[in-house]
Amino acid sequence: MTTQVLNSSTAGKTMSKTKLSFMILLLVGLVAPYAIYPVFLMKVLCFALFACAFNLMLGYGGLLSFGHAAFLATGGYITGHTIMQWGLTPELGILVGTACSAAMGFVFGKLAIRRQGIYFAMITLALSQLVFFLYVQAPFTGGENGLQGIPRGNLFGLISLEGNLAMYYFVLAVFVIGFSVIYRTIHSPFGQILKAIRENEPRTVSLGYDVDKFKLVAFVISASLAGLAGSTKSLVFQLASLTDAHWHMSGEVILMTLLGGVGTIFGPIVGATTVVTLQNYLSQGPLASWVPVILGLIFVICVLLFRSGIVGEIQKFMKKNFN
Amino acid sequence: MKMLKKLMCSAIVSAMAASTAAQADISDNEIRIGYLADMSGTYSALAGPGGLEAAKMAIEDFGGKVNGKKITIVSADDQNKPDIGANKVRQWIDVDKVDMVAGMVSSAVTIAVNKVVEAKDKVSLVSGSASSSITNQFCTANSVHYVYDTYALAHGTGEAVVREGGDSWFFLTADYAFGHAMESDVTEVVKESGGKVVGGVRHPLATNDFSSFILQAQASGAKIVGLANAGADTTNSLKTAKEFGVVQAGQKIAGLLIFLNDVHSLGLETTQGLQLTTGFYWDRTPETRAWSKRYFDRTGKMPTMVQAGIYSSVTHYLSAVKASNSDASSAVMAQMKKTPINDFFAENGRIREDGRMIHDMYLAEVKKPSESTGEWDLYKILRTIPADKAFRPLAESKCKLVAGR
Repeated sequence: MTTQVLNSSTAGKTMSKTKLSFMILLLVGLVAPYAIYPVFLMKVLCFALFACAFNLMLGYGGLLSFGHAAFLATGGYITGHTIMQWGLTPELGILVGTACSAAMGFVFGKLAIRRQGIYFAMITLALSQLVFFLYVQAPFTGGENGLQGIPRGNLFGLISLEGNLAMYYFVLAVFVIGFSVIYRTIHSPFGQILKAIRENEPRTVSLGYDVDKFKLVAFVISASLAGLAGSTKSLVFQLASLTDAHWHMSGEVILMTLLGGVGTIFGPIVGATTVVTLQNYLSQGPLASWVPVILGLIFVICVLLFRSGIVGEIQKFMKKNFN
Repeated sequence: MKMLKKLMCSAIVSAMAASTAAQADISDNEIRIGYLADMSGTYSALAGPGGLEAAKMAIEDFGGKVNGKKITIVSADDQNKPDIGANKVRQWIDVDKVDMVAGMVSSAVTIAVNKVVEAKDKVSLVSGSASSSITNQFCTANSVHYVYDTYALAHGTGEAVVREGGDSWFFLTADYAFGHAMESDVTEVVKESGGKVVGGVRHPLATNDFSSFILQAQASGAKIVGLANAGADTTNSLKTAKEFGVVQAGQKIAGLLIFLNDVHSLGLETTQGLQLTTGFYWDRTPETRAWSKRYFDRTGKMPTMVQAGIYSSVTHYLSAVKASNSDASSAVMAQMKKTPINDFFAENGRIREDGRMIHDMYLAEVKKPSESTGEWDLYKILRTIPADKAFRPLAESKCKLVAGR
């Protein structure tokens, strides 16, 4: 009984701590565009959301998907296409893009969750490669050229998103919504069972849970949020290209998540910020052609020295010294 | 408090920026040029670092200043990816206040960048890209397509080949904007001249293994294998074709876009007799020789037509800025279109309303090893294709800027 009380009180404490950090982050997010180039910040936010969605599966469900690029690209292409060809408003375009990613996530999930571990990763990789070649050939994606000049349009038909600041706050809002969905998912009974599956699947089965169903739902949530990130990104940059569908992108999101800290709520945000910042600033200097090598080195160092990622290590440190 | 200060600062800065722009002067007292190209990949040899050097030469020769205002240059590697190129240019314009973008190689990147440049109302000078769609369906009032395009290549090389009896074609096409434009332009020429296209295959950009494509080309039975690709893709296909004995088996290869550096790296043994269309050859007139010699001294290589075009286009831009004493895109573009171009690169070149710079093109043939007198003595010029024949006539244009469209 006492342990239970203790547990819930510490849980409450960490909860309020998370909320506090979230408020601080939100505040930083609100002020940031006055100091830093907004388009860069939007890129960070889109990738942070993408990494958070990925983390939901790897960090909390223990499912390593190697095909998340497919969802990012689907969101982007569908949003771009519907806005350009059907004249949808941005928010509708994003919703349609996200819905398509969710549908694709359902199909991928149905097929992939039948296997575990490396086989699961390989199936997702194979499926995302199928999607990649589909996008190379499909006429509506523009192949290597990509979709270019997607208009940002007017939000709800009223607010123009052409200005970088307006667009930034819209992206920030999308990010906060996506992040809240993830936060809510993790801290729900559903999230508890997901974690139980990660820790010990046969035991969860023996407790009477339909494990496949839970995994599938997690997969679909993760895929739709990745699609949401892709849709938003295509509006920010006004283009959708094959880079998003390439398996490099699936690898990059793994790097972001691992670097930031798998299974921590803020880890992917930190990881995405680090990776995007490095790519952005190194690409101008003399180290431009060394970016992949530097990222690779960082990955190796991360795996060797701080396996739980930046946020994971900080949490460990705090627990050790301030508890 | 700090934030309030920042807000005020940014408000003041933007107010100042607005007022200077209204005066039609040189914005923030500096002319900033962004050089965007593939610096390390498939197309890096034809423009890349050499093109950056050419742009720097142009700035130095101009004295580093226009009407007392300093000229600066920044550069970036677009990795042939439209998203990277477009984002870079967006950031250049928003943050670094770049006035003009030069270079630009991959057509997909160029079309994406031109959309950004148009939206931000700056200037872009395209020297590296080939796709004729840049001044056709994708034309903008803010860009100039300077050196060559697929229409010119198709009409130069394509016509010459068909005239010599090459009336059935098989295409090996790079699968993106440039390859598609090249293929459709040549197809048109072949059909007009009474030939036919028996088939084609598309390969991804930056392919290493061409054997399956070359085998398909051999199996097609076409007299001519047209290479609608460029850079390392062309050299790789030519090498593979040599290994498979395409020419020995009786087929001919038509390289539709071949640069001086491609011929140099493949060697005359492999490339002899190849006919090609070029906008510039270093050993053509005393002026071209003099400029190319200076370029050679700096880089250790003779310039490709793209690198020469970058020098010429940047110089033309700077002269226009000087004459109009403004870096506002409308003033500079009007001045550039008004002034004919007469330098080592072009004689009586002019920029049309669709942004196409028209000048004489040259049909060249790669020399036999026995004819060549030096490492860079590679072409003989067969004939000059006059400017009005070389490029797509305005009457056929789909560009929104051409009157009556």
